[in-house]
Amino acid sequence: MKNKIVRIVTTLTVMLGVALSSFATAKAGEDNYTYTYDYWGDVQESPDAYTVAQVFDFGALGLDKNLKAAESLFVKDNHVFLCDTGNNRIIEFERTGADAFTVVREITKIKGADPETLASPADISVDEDGDLFIADRDNARVIRCDKDLNFKMQFTRPSDQAIDAEMGFRPDKIVADTAGRIYCEAAGINKGLLKFEADGTFSGFVGATRVSYNFMDYLWKRFASQEQRAQMVSFVPTEYDNIYIDKEGFIYAVAGGLDEQDLKDETVDAVRKLNMMGSDILVRNGEYPVYGDLYMGGAGGITGPSYFKDVTVLDNDIYICLDQNRGRLFGYDDQGRMVYAFGGNGNQAGYFRKAVSIEHMDNDLLVLDQLDGTITLFIPTHYGQLIYDAMAHFDVGEYDESQACWEEVKMLNGNYELAYIGIGRNLLSKKQYKESMEYFEVKYDDENYSRAFAQYRKQWIREHIITILVLIVILAAVPMAIGKVFSLKEEIDNADIFKLRR
Amino acid sequence: MARRYQKAESKEEKRMRRAEWMAHWGKTMKFGFYCLTHPLDGFWKLTHEHRGSYAAANTILILAIFTRIIKLKYTSFLFLNVYWEDVNVFLYIASIIFPLSLWVIGNWALTTLFDGKGRLGDVYMGTCYGMLPYPVIQLPLMIVSNFVTIEEGQFYSVLSVLSLVWCLILIICGMGQIHAYSAAKTLFFTIASIAAVLVMIFLLMIFFSMVTQGVSYFISIGRELMFRM
Repeated sequence: MKNKIVRIVTTLTVMLGVALSSFATAKAGEDNYTYTYDYWGDVQESPDAYTVAQVFDFGALGLDKNLKAAESLFVKDNHVFLCDTGNNRIIEFERTGADAFTVVREITKIKGADPETLASPADISVDEDGDLFIADRDNARVIRCDKDLNFKMQFTRPSDQAIDAEMGFRPDKIVADTAGRIYCEAAGINKGLLKFEADGTFSGFVGATRVSYNFMDYLWKRFASQEQRAQMVSFVPTEYDNIYIDKEGFIYAVAGGLDEQDLKDETVDAVRKLNMMGSDILVRNGEYPVYGDLYMGGAGGITGPSYFKDVTVLDNDIYICLDQNRGRLFGYDDQGRMVYAFGGNGNQAGYFRKAVSIEHMDNDLLVLDQLDGTITLFIPTHYGQLIYDAMAHFDVGEYDESQACWEEVKMLNGNYELAYIGIGRNLLSKKQYKESMEYFEVKYDDENYSRAFAQYRKQWIREHIITILVLIVILAAVPMAIGKVFSLKEEIDNADIFKLRR
Repeated sequence: MARRYQKAESKEEKRMRRAEWMAHWGKTMKFGFYCLTHPLDGFWKLTHEHRGSYAAANTILILAIFTRIIKLKYTSFLFLNVYWEDVNVFLYIASIIFPLSLWVIGNWALTTLFDGKGRLGDVYMGTCYGMLPYPVIQLPLMIVSNFVTIEEGQFYSVLSVLSLVWCLILIICGMGQIHAYSAAKTLFFTIASIAAVLVMIFLLMIFFSMVTQGVSYFISIGRELMFRM
């Protein structure tokens, strides 16, 4: 008997051990090129939204020598400006075919500037009139010139108290708005973007990133002496890595190199959308914050969160962030929900070694790889185009067309959250509340579901109001009637007339 | 003839007994609802005046477990989302049974040393009766959750928490009444019982890890032997 008990206990223990160890086995990594995250944050494989049209190296681009430490791309209509920073030149291309670029000119000198030559041009921006804004980094200036490269004006280091006296001015990234103002991200300046008025005067910082600190550090600091405090790391905001101005004049700013825990706690933002006042107006209605990969494990020797190096905003408000850490592109819609993620580190087409810049030409994407010195051209697949079409139709109120597109997307990718929610939103707009509720429920979209349900409930009550009233009357009347009958019976039983007779 | 007569009588007896049992069960179940609103008076009468029954206690326990599982499926997804891939019904059952048994044993083991009046069964009965608010609130809440939008859903979390707090109050009050303790002594022994539960968990974990290591030791010896042979 004793032996039996011992045996049972041992067996149970071993089984428990096995069960526990199976929990510990790591989830196998996904090898798929394109993926999305579902409601639970699980990776869902997806059809490719983009496919590589061609990878252009310097030969394919028609250049004489290899790109050297190229830092930035800029697209204006069908012209591409490439900052070949290490070679001190900017090259302008024209897209002459579906996958063909021809060199228009090489910009190395600005007529009338002092000095005329460019030194490490880091970024370029072109306004509506064709005026060029060039961040001429090693010359510590931002040049404005007309489209024939005649010097117009320059923006130099602001003589502001807020900037450290011994710090130089190294403009890294610039954007120009329609009024000729420029916003500049300069190395070593973490107070936000430098804003220059059109006449060249510095008018202050906009959109400083949030300062994050963890509570323990803060507590330590409270109790530390002056000397100890001086030795500690101070809580400073991080610098932006890149900026992009969309067609409405909002500035999208990305910051890489953020702390994993801060991102998960949402105390810092990898992407911000700044309005004129410099406050963040990015919509974050997705299930997960906008910071790229949810899983930051050490697969392939790469650890840490996604490092957003650049961002571009399509005309339909989908913004695509470029992750330098894992060489991936993350597309988010205007609600902050992930549309797709794809890419990777590697040497194949569609993979990167050190992706630094992303631009879009209509819905095509151009990605600059600094180490390879190549530009990769992505074009949307049928699947990707369907998603864009569905969104475009929805935005102009063509709900039937939009729904048809989403249905087709759903056929191609049954795991796609946005397809179900998209169909649901179209049905909701067409006042088919019951049907739309089903779609929202499948993908746990509680807000849209509530919206549809409130309408459906109203409609249902309106249709059944008579039944409900009748039911209420019956529920109230029947017990009352029964009570009345009983009391009547009692009254009759106890009535004096009958008592007298008895 | 006599046989048949006897048989008929026993059948009648059985029916009578069953009816009696049912009546007793119904009465003791009903008493649970009295305890809901009269925790001090109710729990005193529960054991000292034999107004409760194990049948009713078991029923409440099963009801609580049933509620805990059924609400996963039938609560609106606005309030409760379930990752079905990871759901293990037995874990949900254990999540009630395991703390309950630890509490009952720990509480009894302590109070029996400090002139608590309750026996092990009394503590069990009292704790089960104390869990009644959970199904009583959660079951209707589960149904109502399907007829509201998320903006109207504030009450859900409030009532959800309320059901647990109510259970807690009932269990603590019941514990004090069953052992005929003063308020201060009740509070002290509540905390002491929780400490006892933690000690028991600690011991169980040590026990299991020791057994696992012991077993793996012999397994590795066996493996070693097999390699050598």
